[in-house]
Amino acid sequence: MSADTTAPATRGAAPPGGGRIEPDAPVGPPTLSPGELGRWAWRQLTSMRTALLLLLVLAMAAVPGSLVPQEGVDSLAVARFRLTHPDLSPWLDRLGVFSVYSSPWFSAIYLLLVVSLIGCIIPRTQVYARALGARPPRTPSRLDRLPAYATYEVGADSGRTGADAVLEHAAAVLRRRRFRVDVDPGAVRAEKGYLREAGNLIFHVSLVVVLVGVAIGSLWGYRGNVIVVEGSGFSNTLTQYDEFTSGALATGSSLPPFTLSLQTLTADFQTDGAQAGQPKLFEATGTVTPAPGQIPRPFDIEVNHPLSVEGTSVFLVGSGYAPVVTVRDGDGQVVSSGPVPFLPTDSSYVSEGVLKVPDAEPAQLGMEGFFLPTAARGPDGLPVSVFPEATNPALSLFVYSGDLGLDDGEPQSVYSLDKDDLDVVQGDDQSPERLLLRPGDTARLPDGLGSVTFDKVAEFARLQIASAPLAWLPLAGLVVAIGGLLLSLYVRPRRAWVRARPAGDGRTVVEVALLDRVARADPVSDLDELVAELRHLPQKGDLA
Amino acid sequence: MNTEALAQLANVGVASATVVLALAWLTHLVEWAAAREVRPARLDSDASLVSAGGHSAGGSSPATGVAAEGETSPSPSRPDRFGQAGLSLTVLGTALLAAGVLARALAAGRVPWGNMYEFAVTGALVVLVVYLGLVLRAGIQWLAPIVTGFAVVVLGLAILVYVPAGPLVPALDSYWLVLHVSAAAIAGGAFVVGAGTSALFLLKQRAEQRAGAPVTTGPLGRLPTTEQMDRLAFQVHAFAFPLWTFAALIAGPIWAQNAWGRYWGWDPKEVWAFITWVVYAGYLHARATAGWRGRGAAVLALVGFATFLFNFVGINLFVSGLHSYAF
Repeated sequence: MSADTTAPATRGAAPPGGGRIEPDAPVGPPTLSPGELGRWAWRQLTSMRTALLLLLVLAMAAVPGSLVPQEGVDSLAVARFRLTHPDLSPWLDRLGVFSVYSSPWFSAIYLLLVVSLIGCIIPRTQVYARALGARPPRTPSRLDRLPAYATYEVGADSGRTGADAVLEHAAAVLRRRRFRVDVDPGAVRAEKGYLREAGNLIFHVSLVVVLVGVAIGSLWGYRGNVIVVEGSGFSNTLTQYDEFTSGALATGSSLPPFTLSLQTLTADFQTDGAQAGQPKLFEATGTVTPAPGQIPRPFDIEVNHPLSVEGTSVFLVGSGYAPVVTVRDGDGQVVSSGPVPFLPTDSSYVSEGVLKVPDAEPAQLGMEGFFLPTAARGPDGLPVSVFPEATNPALSLFVYSGDLGLDDGEPQSVYSLDKDDLDVVQGDDQSPERLLLRPGDTARLPDGLGSVTFDKVAEFARLQIASAPLAWLPLAGLVVAIGGLLLSLYVRPRRAWVRARPAGDGRTVVEVALLDRVARADPVSDLDELVAELRHLPQKGDLA
Repeated sequence: MNTEALAQLANVGVASATVVLALAWLTHLVEWAAAREVRPARLDSDASLVSAGGHSAGGSSPATGVAAEGETSPSPSRPDRFGQAGLSLTVLGTALLAAGVLARALAAGRVPWGNMYEFAVTGALVVLVVYLGLVLRAGIQWLAPIVTGFAVVVLGLAILVYVPAGPLVPALDSYWLVLHVSAAAIAGGAFVVGAGTSALFLLKQRAEQRAGAPVTTGPLGRLPTTEQMDRLAFQVHAFAFPLWTFAALIAGPIWAQNAWGRYWGWDPKEVWAFITWVVYAGYLHARATAGWRGRGAAVLALVGFATFLFNFVGINLFVSGLHSYAF
C-alpha cells in the first residue's frame, strides 16, 4: 500500500547483489503473538502485491483508449475510424474499446483497486491507532548488534556523573529532537517518525475521496456541445444540443433554463511573422438571460475565461464559418435560406459542410463541399485555403439531386449526405459540376434544378456547456493527498536507545544505538552527532 | 536588442550548447573507455586509491565523489581527468543552453514552452540543471554519460520540430500553463536522473550477480554500490512523484477546465500522464513489496520513464488530441 519499507534498516541483511530478498519480518505492533504476526504479515504482503499488480493492470488497460478514438471524447473520430476499419470495428465494439473508460472491464479493475485500497486502509488505520498510543519499544539486550552503535565512558571528574544524570540528559536531548521518550531504570528508549504512517494513510484515504468525487461528478454532471451562429441564440434544453453526454443520475429536466444570444464571434490570427495563421484570440460576446423573465446581461467568453451561469459553465471550445446560403428550386421558390455551419478540418480552416434541401422541386437537393476562408489556387490547380481568416472566402460545392433519404426513419447526421439515392449534378462536359462561389455570387444549376446563392459569411462559436457537481472535491482530495504523500516519503521513523551503567570508580559506561525503519544514507554520522551532544553533559550552572 | 536579434541569439545559444554537450558526452564516453582499459594488475597507486575509496567508504556519502577524490590525490587517474573535463564541458554547455532558452523567452515575450521544439530544449535544460544540482548535492558524476547523452539526443531531435519564436496560441495563455509545465518539466528532469540511475543499477547488479562479488573495476566500478544507487533512485523519484502528481493531476486538470471545459477528458496526453503516474505509484509500492525490491522496482522505474517519453514523443507525433500543439 505504501512507499515505506517497514523492514528494519539492517542493510547487511541484503545479499550483495541486492536481488530477490526474502520477505523481511514486518515490524508490527509489538504485542502480537507470532501466529498473529504471521497472519498480519501475510495479509500485508498479499494486499501490497495485489495492489501493485492492479496498478500495473490499470496502467495497461488505459492504453487502448489513447490509441483508438473514444466515443465520449471525439465521436466524429470514432465514426471516421469505423469507416476506415470496417472489419476491426465490430470486434472493438464487443470489447468496448471505443469507450474504454466506461467499459465493464476498466470499471472492474478500478473497483477492485478501490476495494483493495479500502481493505488496506482499514486494518492499517487500526494498527496505526494502536501504534499511536504505544510507548517506544523496550531496549534490546544487545545494543551493539544494531547497525548504528556507539559506546563511551563518562569519567568521575566530569562534574555531574552517574547513570541517572546521563540518562536524564539523554532524555532531554532526545525530546529536543522530537523523539517520544520513556525513561526506564538504566535505559532510555525513544521513537519518532509516527507521521510517516499518518501521511501514508492520509494519502490513500484522499485517493478514495478523489474517486468518490469523480464518481459524483460523472453521475450527476453533464456536458454538451452546441454550435451557435452569430446573430442567433441558444436556450439550455436538451433538444438544442448537437452532442450531449450526462451522468446516469443527471436528468435533462434539471438543466438550468438560461438562454444566451451570440452577437459576435471574433477569431483573430497572426497575420505575419513565422507563426502566421496561428490563432491569436478567440472571443464570443453577446447577452445571457439566467432564467426566463430576468434581465439579460452581457457576456464575454474567451478561451481560458468561461462564462458562469446558474452553476453551469459555458466554454468557447472552437469556432468556424457558416456561409449564408439561399437555394431556389426549379420553380424559383426560396426553399432554403440561412447560415450553414461548415466544420473546420485543419488549421487553415478549410471547412467541410453539407446542405440538405428536402423541399426543392422537382427533386430534393443535397450539397456537399468546402468552405475556404482565404481561397487560393493550390499547386495541383484545386482551390485551397492559405489563411484561417475570411479574407477571400469561397464556397466550393458539388450538388446532388434525387432522394435525400430523410424519410427512411433512420436518423442522419446533418454533416453527411446519404448518397444512395442521389445523383451528382453534372455540367456540360459530363463531369460532376463544381460550383465555386464568392459572397454575392449566384450559380444556376443545370437541368432547371434551381439556383444557389452565397449571400455572405457568418461565423459560429462552438460552445461547451458543462456542469460538474463537487468538481472541487477531487482537486481538494489531491492537494491533501500530496500533503500526505510528502509526509510518507520524507518523514523517516527512527528508534533510539541509550543505556548507562556504573562501571566502578565513579565511571559510567554509556551505550547508544539507532535503528532506522527506513533506509537512510548515513545513520553512522547522525549517531556521531548525537553522541557528541550526549557527551556534553550540562555542568552546574548550565541552562540545559 | 530587437526580437530578431534575440531569436538569432537563442538559436546560436542552443546550437553551440548542443555542440559543447556532444563534446561533453564524448569525453565521458572516453572516461568510461579509459576505465575499461585500466586493468587491475596495472593499477597505479592513485587509481587503486580511487576505486578503493569509492567503495570502502560505505556510508560516508551516497556517492563518493570522483571529483573530490581527484582533488585530494596529487595526480588524478586518466579516467578522472576525462571525467573532470566532461563535467566542465557540461557546465559550459548548460550555461550556453540556459542563455539560449532565456533569449528565446525574451524573443517570444513569454515562457519558453509554447511548442514541441521549446519543450524539448527547455526540457533538456531542466534535465541538465537537475543533474548538475545533484552532482553538487550527491556527487552523481557517474551518471554523466547517460545525462549528457540524453540531452544531446533530445537537442538533436528538437531540430526536427524547430519553429521560429512567436507568441502563444490562446489555449496556452494561462498562468496554470506556467505551473503545470514547470512542475512537469522538473519532475521529468528528475525522472531522467531516476531512470539513468535505475538502468545503471540494473547493469551493475547483473554484473555483480554474474561475478558473485562486488564489481570494483572498469566502468561499472566507477559507480557507487548498488545499495547507494537504489537509494538515490528512490530519493529522486520521491522528489519527482509528488511534483508529477501536482503537474498531471492538479494543475493540468485546472487548466484543462479553463481551456476546454472539463477537468479530465481522457485525451491521449491525459491518458498517458495518468499511466505514467500509475506506473510510478507502482514503483513506490514495489519498493515496499517483497520480491519486487531492487530489481523489480528498477525495472518499473524504467517502464515509467518509457511511458513518460512516449507521452512526449509518441503522442505528439502519432496521435491527434487536444495537446497536439505541444506537450
